[in-house]
Amino acid sequence: MAKDNEKIIQQNMLQPEGLNPKIKAVVGAALIALLLLGIWGLEQVLPAGSIVFTVLKKGAIYSLIAVSLNLLNGFTGLFSLGQAGFMLIGAYTYAVLTIPPESRAAVYMYYDGGIIDFALPVPVAMILAGCLAGLCGFLIGLPVLRLKSDYLAIATLGFAEIIRAIVQYDKLGPITNASNLLRSFPVFRSTLFPFIVAGLCIAIICLLINSSYGRAFKAIRDDEIAAEAMGINLFVHKEMALVVSAFFAGIGGALLAMFQMMVQARAFTSAMTYEILLIVVIGGIGSVTGSIIASFLFIACSEWWLRFLDEVQIINGFQVPFLRSGFRMVVFSIIIMFVVLFYRQGIMGTKEFSIDGIYNFFRRLFRGEAKKPREQKGGGAA
Amino acid sequence: MKKLLALVAVLAMALAICTACGNDDSKQPANNNQQTGGDKVVTIGVYEPASGENGPGGKQEVLGIKYAQSVRPTVEINGETYTVELKEVDNQSDTTKAVSAAQNLVSANVSVILGSYGSGVAIAGGPYFQQAQIPAIGISCTNPQVTDGNDYYFRVCFLDPFQGTVMANFAKDEMQANTAYVITQLGDDYSAGLGNYFKEAFVGLGGTVQEAQFQTGETDFNAILTNVLNSDADVIFAPSSIQTAPLLIQQARQMGITIPILAGDTWENESIITNAGQYATDVYLSTFFDENDTANPAAAEFVTGFKAWLNADPQNLTNNGGGDGVAAVSALGYDAYNVALDALEAANSTVGADVRNALPGVNYTGVTGSITFNETGDANKDMAYVKTIDVENANFKFLKTQSVGE
Amino acid sequence: MKGVLLPMDNLSYYIQQLLTGISVGGQYALIAIGYTMVYGILRLINFAHGDIFMAAGFFMVYVSASLPLYISIPVVLILTVILGVSVERIAYKPLRQAPRMSIMISAIGVSYLLQNFATYYTGGLPRSYPTIPFISDIITIGSVTTSWITLLTPVLTLFLVLGLVALIKYTKIGMAMRAVSKDFETAQLMGIKINNTISLTFVIGSFLAGVGSILFFTKYPTVLPTIGAMPGLKAFVAAVFGGIGSIPGAVVGAFVIGICENIIKSMGYTTFSDAFTFVLLILVLVVRPSGLFGEKSTEKV
Repeated sequence: MAKDNEKIIQQNMLQPEGLNPKIKAVVGAALIALLLLGIWGLEQVLPAGSIVFTVLKKGAIYSLIAVSLNLLNGFTGLFSLGQAGFMLIGAYTYAVLTIPPESRAAVYMYYDGGIIDFALPVPVAMILAGCLAGLCGFLIGLPVLRLKSDYLAIATLGFAEIIRAIVQYDKLGPITNASNLLRSFPVFRSTLFPFIVAGLCIAIICLLINSSYGRAFKAIRDDEIAAEAMGINLFVHKEMALVVSAFFAGIGGALLAMFQMMVQARAFTSAMTYEILLIVVIGGIGSVTGSIIASFLFIACSEWWLRFLDEVQIINGFQVPFLRSGFRMVVFSIIIMFVVLFYRQGIMGTKEFSIDGIYNFFRRLFRGEAKKPREQKGGGAA
Repeated sequence: MKKLLALVAVLAMALAICTACGNDDSKQPANNNQQTGGDKVVTIGVYEPASGENGPGGKQEVLGIKYAQSVRPTVEINGETYTVELKEVDNQSDTTKAVSAAQNLVSANVSVILGSYGSGVAIAGGPYFQQAQIPAIGISCTNPQVTDGNDYYFRVCFLDPFQGTVMANFAKDEMQANTAYVITQLGDDYSAGLGNYFKEAFVGLGGTVQEAQFQTGETDFNAILTNVLNSDADVIFAPSSIQTAPLLIQQARQMGITIPILAGDTWENESIITNAGQYATDVYLSTFFDENDTANPAAAEFVTGFKAWLNADPQNLTNNGGGDGVAAVSALGYDAYNVALDALEAANSTVGADVRNALPGVNYTGVTGSITFNETGDANKDMAYVKTIDVENANFKFLKTQSVGE
Repeated sequence: MKGVLLPMDNLSYYIQQLLTGISVGGQYALIAIGYTMVYGILRLINFAHGDIFMAAGFFMVYVSASLPLYISIPVVLILTVILGVSVERIAYKPLRQAPRMSIMISAIGVSYLLQNFATYYTGGLPRSYPTIPFISDIITIGSVTTSWITLLTPVLTLFLVLGLVALIKYTKIGMAMRAVSKDFETAQLMGIKINNTISLTFVIGSFLAGVGSILFFTKYPTVLPTIGAMPGLKAFVAAVFGGIGSIPGAVVGAFVIGICENIIKSMGYTTFSDAFTFVLLILVLVVRPSGLFGEKSTEKV
């Protein structure tokens, strides 16, 4: 869809590498508009219950969460497995603060309607969701950031489990509804909402990654001792990465709660973190665009494209072997193992997908310069 | 800035992929309700657990639905004959997985939805059905919250406040119990709700209640049971999933706890008897139906027909837990299917919203008694069947029917 | 949560609770050894270990359906060992030179695969574990009623651990294992066959997980695809608590966790029985990262 734009630009501009920033901004803005318009158009054409919207909504939410995990694992080199805990805090903060007072009696039926009798507006609750998750990340970071690699992983995993237990604690029932589910909070209808929110959040993360802080993160990832010698305060930067990651995971959690229309603590297990980690790995550890592509692919496969594997198929009276409930997930996990073992770089490695990249790709393509098949294959990446 | 633009490009790409593939697929389900090779087809969604902690119960419910489909495969709508097709999804007895299953059903554009076994998954799926304006008929989800505040959810069984009262009366009158130990599952709406209503009713009758909770997926109940052993409880009330039941029964009996164990409708599943084996003594439960209750001619006919149908296919027998006993949930599944078809006929339409508007007017006399809906969408039912486990014959033995005068 | 009416002077109550705790601890110990040995040699948290334990449970369900118990028990143990070693060969060996993060992700992937496959193969339904005669019988000692398995578990655990410690201390293979865990490359230079030694570690770990699964499921006879995850994590914490790489440490850690967890449950704080394990983990990691019996080492943490 970007092809026509690119062609025109290509005819007018013949710079050797990259594009004029102004033109890039215009193209970028045009693409954003085109994307949002496309979604809006889809909503007009397809029935509201279509699986396309499920995939788009969930894919956008998972993109945000995957990018937030990638900020830690891929860009700062902190192997954290605590994302489900931060999402849990975000989801609960949002849900608890936005359930309308008139619905509380039904939701908190075992706790006499709970102790909160107000409801905050959605944007305020979402930001608070992120802030509380960020605060939690800060507190967790104090003890565990001294640890390294797998010890850090297991400690953050442990914290996620502890958070889950605290939320389910009976004495907190009037606030969190203990282990019972929360529902009746405001949700979004339009697919545009998660796209805009997730897009904004990811854009902020990108700005951070490209700032001097981001360069410090990468320095820590590549060599801690060297980074420290360069005058980078390890603890402050690690703590910052963790807080930012937790903040956006919290917002992702709030979006997920809205998407599911209900939230229950027991869903936020370590299995959820593993799933997100696998998305990051498939996309490429250290690539924002990789995480985004992988999220949409992952959700589309699990919710839609591979669904047929779960259903018994009979073609001309012959029952296709293996196909029955659960086969989808087996195929899926085999694909994941394959990626983990043989394509450790994932889809994008540490590369990014950029307008420059696309531009150069088309430039080479149309001027007949792209002879090497390898370049053509990876042409989108710059 | 560069990355920001990069991001946008990717989103655009992803969207392009989705749209490209979206057009052919999403139109398909819409066609289900119209012409497909000349025959008119109406699709009914089956929203049941086929796996997870309540999987065996969900399978029995589906058996009832499928038998009903074999008996009544077509429906007259607007003077035309429609063939009924079932679209099954597995909600895995898990509230989170249920969301994805519910969306799958909604996108398949079904006219009406049957299910589910287990209240938690029904509550989780409810908002989706409401948003998509597809009516759902709950089969054995007994928690009040399923239909409360959701005008697209109906149900054909009794509710937990009623069931809790029945079991409290039973414990008080039949067991002469003064103290009950209520063991419930954290975060499970069915278990927590029923336990809560039992407690209220039992305390109202002058009894005392002690409580304990366990987590989802727990296998070790020894700590709780040791407390039970050292309390002065006369009965245990433990509404829980099919998976938990045999573990709890076995560990209690192994520890030397001999007091009766009471539970709700989920325990009427033969896999519990198989798994608990010799330990399943003194277990009492309430349920919706009994196959030996032949006062109702429709029930007698159903039991004979259903048994013959079960025995005709070994796969059906496996799904029923091995034997040909008629589970109450199968009977309810049968009734729910027929209620759905009656509603489709009354609505003269396959559009969800029309079917929903027709449902309150349905008056169906079925296997489990007559079914009419009140204003919240619940069936007006006031009778429960109390059963016990017969260890020697490995089946459920009917004890008595019980109703509560409000 | 409410109403913890404990008869404080009731001795049999405490014995009963303690017995349960020790029995649970014994099961964790058998799993924890697998973690601690693999970590000692490969520096890998084998996330799939809990799922191997789960798979052993399913092997028993299917094997015992057609074979008598005295044959199926050894068959199950052999199958478990084969599974454990194949996981190592397929998923870990190709990544030996890769960063530690990759191999850990591979372990998570294997765990995901095993769980999904088990869900597919069993249809996701809980399966009932065969009853092993005698050890699941009830026994009454004084006023305490329990099953034989509760008593047998800790005894058998200790017996196996003593055997294992002897193997590591006094045999050539044991020496090779110690050498590899101390220094990978030097051991290789000294002519130790690294791959065989690593495989042997997985053989022992999987074997003990198999035994642990027989004890666990005889007591809690329902097998589920996800049942390995929690015991697996707890066993890992036990290994860290005792000092990772140290076998006696893992065993002590497992018993401590088993008993504490049971005390917490009996006090009515069920919600925190799992969380406690992780609190313990974080405390240990922050205060004494080398654990109770671990060797002090700066590069490990």
